[in-house]
Amino acid sequence: MRDRLTFAAQFAFTALVAAFLIVPAVLSMLAGVTLNYFRGIQSGLTLQWVVQVWQLYPDTIFRSFLIALATLAVTLVVGVPAAYALHLRNDRLSRTIEEVITLPLAIPGLALALALLLTYGGFSDFRRSWLFILAGHAVFTLPFMVRSVMAVFGATDLKSLDEGAASLGALPWRRFRDVIVPNAAPGILAGSLMVVTLSLGEFNLTWMLHTPLTKTLPVGLADSYASMRLEIASAYTLVFFVMIIPLLVAMQIFAGYRGGPTALPR
Amino acid sequence: MSLQESGNSNGHGVAVRIENCAKTFSDGTHALGPVTLDVARGETLVLLGPSGCGKTTLLRIIAGLEMPDPGGRVSFNKTEVTHVPIERRNVGMVFQSYALFPNMNVAENIGYGLKIRGVNGAERSVRVAELVALTGIEGLEHRRIDQLSGGQRQRVALARAVAVRPSVLLLDEPLTALDAALRERLRGELNRLLRTLGITTVYVTHDQSEAMVLGDRIVVMRKGAIAQIGTPRDIYFAPANRFVAEFIGAANIIDAAYNGGSLLFPGGKLAASLDSTTTKDRVLVMIRPESIRIVATEGAGLCGQIETVSFVGDRQRASIGGVAAKPIMVDVPNSIPLKLGDRVGLAIDPSAVRLLPPDPV
Repeated sequence: MRDRLTFAAQFAFTALVAAFLIVPAVLSMLAGVTLNYFRGIQSGLTLQWVVQVWQLYPDTIFRSFLIALATLAVTLVVGVPAAYALHLRNDRLSRTIEEVITLPLAIPGLALALALLLTYGGFSDFRRSWLFILAGHAVFTLPFMVRSVMAVFGATDLKSLDEGAASLGALPWRRFRDVIVPNAAPGILAGSLMVVTLSLGEFNLTWMLHTPLTKTLPVGLADSYASMRLEIASAYTLVFFVMIIPLLVAMQIFAGYRGGPTALPR
Repeated sequence: MSLQESGNSNGHGVAVRIENCAKTFSDGTHALGPVTLDVARGETLVLLGPSGCGKTTLLRIIAGLEMPDPGGRVSFNKTEVTHVPIERRNVGMVFQSYALFPNMNVAENIGYGLKIRGVNGAERSVRVAELVALTGIEGLEHRRIDQLSGGQRQRVALARAVAVRPSVLLLDEPLTALDAALRERLRGELNRLLRTLGITTVYVTHDQSEAMVLGDRIVVMRKGAIAQIGTPRDIYFAPANRFVAEFIGAANIIDAAYNGGSLLFPGGKLAASLDSTTTKDRVLVMIRPESIRIVATEGAGLCGQIETVSFVGDRQRASIGGVAAKPIMVDVPNSIPLKLGDRVGLAIDPSAVRLLPPDPV
C-alpha cells in the first residue's frame, strides 16, 4: 500500500515536471521549425524561421557571447583574487564584504539596473556602449564566482599550501599562480560555467540597461515575441537553447567531479 | 642574499637566536612568552609541551610566519631577521599536514624550491634524485600526492624542505598524523637523517619519546613559557619542577617529611642524599618507577602492599600501597611473579631521589 502511494506520488511529480518544464520547452522549439504553427506539425517542418532569426538578429547573438566572455574575464580577474583574500582574512570585515558582494542576488535586477542608470546614466558614451551592460552583468554574476571559488578554498587547506610555497621562497604572486589557482581550478571552472550561463540568459537587468543598438539575445527574444510572428520567436528560442544547453550539460558533468582537484580525471 | 650565503658555507645551517619573543594574537590570546632561546649551529632542538603551550607559535616566529610582539628579535647567525618574511629566510619547513601541492607530482614538489631559486632543470633533477634516494622514496617520483601513503607523504615533505639546503630546518609535529608503528619507524629514520644532514633543526612535538630520541636538547614548554631547557638526560633525571617530571616519563612525586638525611613515610624511612642545604622539614621529591626495586620485607626500609599490576610486555608496573599518601609506581622485570595483596619491601638508591622545588601556592 505504502509502495503504491510512493509510486503514485513520484509519478505525479514526474508528470508535473514533464507537463510544465519539458513539454512547453519541446513545443516551443518545435514551433520554431514548423511551417505554420496554427496548422500544426502536419503543415510541415522547415528551417526557414531559424535562417530568418540568423538574418534578423545575428548582432544580438554575437553581442551576448561578447558580453558573456567579457563578464567571465572580469569576474575571473576580480573574483578569484577577491575570494583568495576573503578566505585568508576570514574575519568580521571579510564576512561583511562577502555579504555585500552577495547583495545583487537579493536585489531585483530591475532595481539594480535603475541604480546603475541613476548613477552612471549621465556618462552618455558609457551609457550607449555594451560596456554598460557588462558592468551590470559583472555585478550580478560576481557573487557566483566568488562563492564557488571560496567553497573550494574552504575544502582544501589552502593556508598551509600557501605557507608551504612561501617557506620554499615563492613570493605572493608566484604562490598565487603556482599553487593557489591550480588547486582552486574546480571552483574556478564551476564558477566560470555559471557566470557564462547566467550572463547569456540575463534579461531583467539587460532589458533596463540596453539601447536599441546594444540588444542581447534574451532582449532580442522579448522583442521578437512582441513584434514578430510566433514561429520566428520560437526559432529564436531554439537558437538560445542550442547555445545554452551544452553549457548546462557541462556544468552538470562537472558537478560530478567536485570534491577537490584530485578528483578530476587527468 | 647574505643569509643564504653565510648559512650554507658548509651545509650545517645557522645559529638561531630568539630574544624576548612574545606573541599576543589579534583576538587577545596570549600564546607565548616573552621567551629567549639559542639554537646552536647544527643542533637539533626539540620544543616539547602539551597542546596550547606555545611551541608551534615559537616555531612559526622562527620561520617568519608569525611576527613577534614589539620588542622581540629573531636572528640567524647574528643577522636580525625579525622583519624578513619567510620567503626570504631560506628555511626548510615540514608542516603537520605536510602541505604538499596536489597539483604537482612528487618530483615537482621536491624541486619546487629549487625552481623558485632559478636552478635549471638538469641540476634540479640531480638534486631531486639525490633527495629521493636519501629519503628512500625511489620509484614514486611521478606519483600524484593523493596516491601516496601517510609515511610516503612525510618523506616527500621532508625531501622538499631539505632540497633547498635551508639555513634552518623547522618541523611542526611531522609524525603526528601517522599511526603508532609507522611513527616509531620513521622516528628512527628521521633521527639518522638529521644526524647525516647535521643542519640546525627545530622540531616541535608533544610526544616525549620523540623528543628524547631526536633532541640534542629539549625545551619543555608550558603555558607559553619555558619550563626547562636541557639534554634529554638532564630533563629526565633532573627535572626542574613537578610539571617537567610528570610530563616526561612516569614519576612518583611525593610530599614527605624530611629529617636529618631521611625521608619519613607512613610505610617507613628512606635515606636520601638531598641537597645538604635543605633545612626544610617537608620536601617534594621525585622517584622514577624504574629506580625502585622490589625486595624481601625483612630488613627493608620501606614496606607496602601490591595493589595493582599491569603487564606491559617488556616489564610490569606495580603500584604499591601503604608506603606514601598515594600508591607508589614500581617497574618490575617481567620475569618476577607478583601477587596482588602481597607485602613487599622497596629498595631505593638514595641518589635516585630528586628534590623538586615546592609547588607554587
